[in-house]
Amino acid sequence: MNLSPRTRHRLYLFFLVAPTFVILFGVVIYPFFYNVILSLSNMSLRHIRDWQIIGFGQYVKVFTEPSQPDFYMVFGKTIIWTVVNVVCHVVIGVFLALVLNQKEIKGKWLFRAILVLPWAVPQLIVALTWRGMFNYEYGSINLMLTQWLGVEGVQWLRQPLEAFIAVIVTNVWLGFPFMMVIALGALQSIPHDLYEAADIDGARWYHKLWHITVPLIRPVMVPAITLGTIWTFNNLNIVWLVSNAGEPSDQTHLLVSFVYKAAFNFYRYGYGAALSMVIFAILLVFSLSFMRRSKATDNVYS
Amino acid sequence: MVRSRTATTIRVAASYVVLIVFAVIALYPVWQIVNISLRPADRLLSTSLELIPDQASFRNYVDLFTERPFFTWLLNSTFVALVVTATGVALASMAGYAFSRYSFIGKKFGLLSLLVTQMFPATMLLLPMYIMLVQLHLINTYIGIVVMYSATALPFCIWQMKGYYDTIPPSLEEAGRIDGASQSQIFFRIILPLAAPALVITALFSFMASWTEYVVAAQILQDTELWTLPLGLKSFESNMGSEWGLYGAASVIVTIPVVVLFLSLSRWLVSGLTLGSVKG
Repeated sequence: MNLSPRTRHRLYLFFLVAPTFVILFGVVIYPFFYNVILSLSNMSLRHIRDWQIIGFGQYVKVFTEPSQPDFYMVFGKTIIWTVVNVVCHVVIGVFLALVLNQKEIKGKWLFRAILVLPWAVPQLIVALTWRGMFNYEYGSINLMLTQWLGVEGVQWLRQPLEAFIAVIVTNVWLGFPFMMVIALGALQSIPHDLYEAADIDGARWYHKLWHITVPLIRPVMVPAITLGTIWTFNNLNIVWLVSNAGEPSDQTHLLVSFVYKAAFNFYRYGYGAALSMVIFAILLVFSLSFMRRSKATDNVYS
Repeated sequence: MVRSRTATTIRVAASYVVLIVFAVIALYPVWQIVNISLRPADRLLSTSLELIPDQASFRNYVDLFTERPFFTWLLNSTFVALVVTATGVALASMAGYAFSRYSFIGKKFGLLSLLVTQMFPATMLLLPMYIMLVQLHLINTYIGIVVMYSATALPFCIWQMKGYYDTIPPSLEEAGRIDGASQSQIFFRIILPLAAPALVITALFSFMASWTEYVVAAQILQDTELWTLPLGLKSFESNMGSEWGLYGAASVIVTIPVVVLFLSLSRWLVSGLTLGSVKG
């Protein structure tokens, strides 16, 4: 076949992009609009075939239905969960990266390998193992409390507040290595002479930290933090598995686990779809305003 | 001078203390899994804090393969994870390249929609796709689960690949073109080898996303013979007490390949992730 170079180029481009667009359409765009329609419908287990569009009723329900637990409670908890987790991840991660990045430290690779472990272990296993460790009678957390500190054990998984703390501890543990790895990469790209110049000027360590390190790792950290925030907000695995689907009595839910339960345990498809849309809207607004404010991600939009 | 040397010594010593404390925190839960797996049946619920249990045995590992369908689950999970990884790498490497190098209608929209998918809560795609799979009678099949996994892993992978291709200078392709290489030769012989680190990360991500995924699998796979590892693991865990040891042994087996992959690839992980995020 003799094709003109122009046609060939077009065919080649089509070959590269077409599968992606088909897939994007099939697994992102189509489900998204299907979700929009679902959220406007009354579909549930009872109305799986004969469902119909009912308007914004499901959205009204999301905000006003006196549910157990209450939507605003769950929303507030999700905010606390996200903020506490992301702050701990970033602080611990950057701190460890700074410690590890000092030139005097020996055996860096070993420490690095060990400290990355929480990220490498599958989340499912992390969650179930920590659940075991929080067990009242046989979990090692309570055993340490009673045998080493002589304190009474805590009913971690049977009370709302304690269960919430348990879920957060688990997630902080598994999340700091990601930030550490990102921060390490960023630190290694800072030219060393900057610090030497600062030394000559007699700068103290906190001057160097604030005026050299922080501004230079910022462009790398900001996108990582945005992504980390979204992932934490949307992390279903940990809360679902550590609290065993919201125990005690649905008091430990975050928005994602709340909607998962509504959809798959109570078969309220329309309601679940509406709540999903609300969660998505919250995250979209957050990310857009966060990224717009930090110019570091300008090229994301280009 | 003497004073600053003591200051350095104190700083280094404090650094080691910090590192060791965090290393213990990072290691303890992992060791806990090994510890559980070695417990003999009559000591599953022990109140001792020993690092290696009394009368440690490999009984649980043997039981896993002889008394339980664990081997079937292992094969199922391997199959699913490999298919998802192959799909992810193939599609992300092509699409990322197109997004990085060419302009076409819908490019901006495509890129933005990839980013936006990261903000979808799990149920946003899971619920519509679940209903679609029910209507297409694909519940309880691997097609359903492979599509779901590829779908959730792809956007991030494409984004990652695009970011990496952006760092490869286009002059390399021009040089290839002048030498008379065709477009596919340029892609397979010049660009792909250079993008190896990003390909490795993409593969690792797709593999990890599917190897131990639980919440999607729990909705789609219902027959015990079709189960993947995470479903089996969860079933052992819910019988805490009687099958706690099996849970431990299964977890060790599931975790080892991932940790080995992760640690041996972690050199690329840093460059891949930071470049991906810097360049967007």
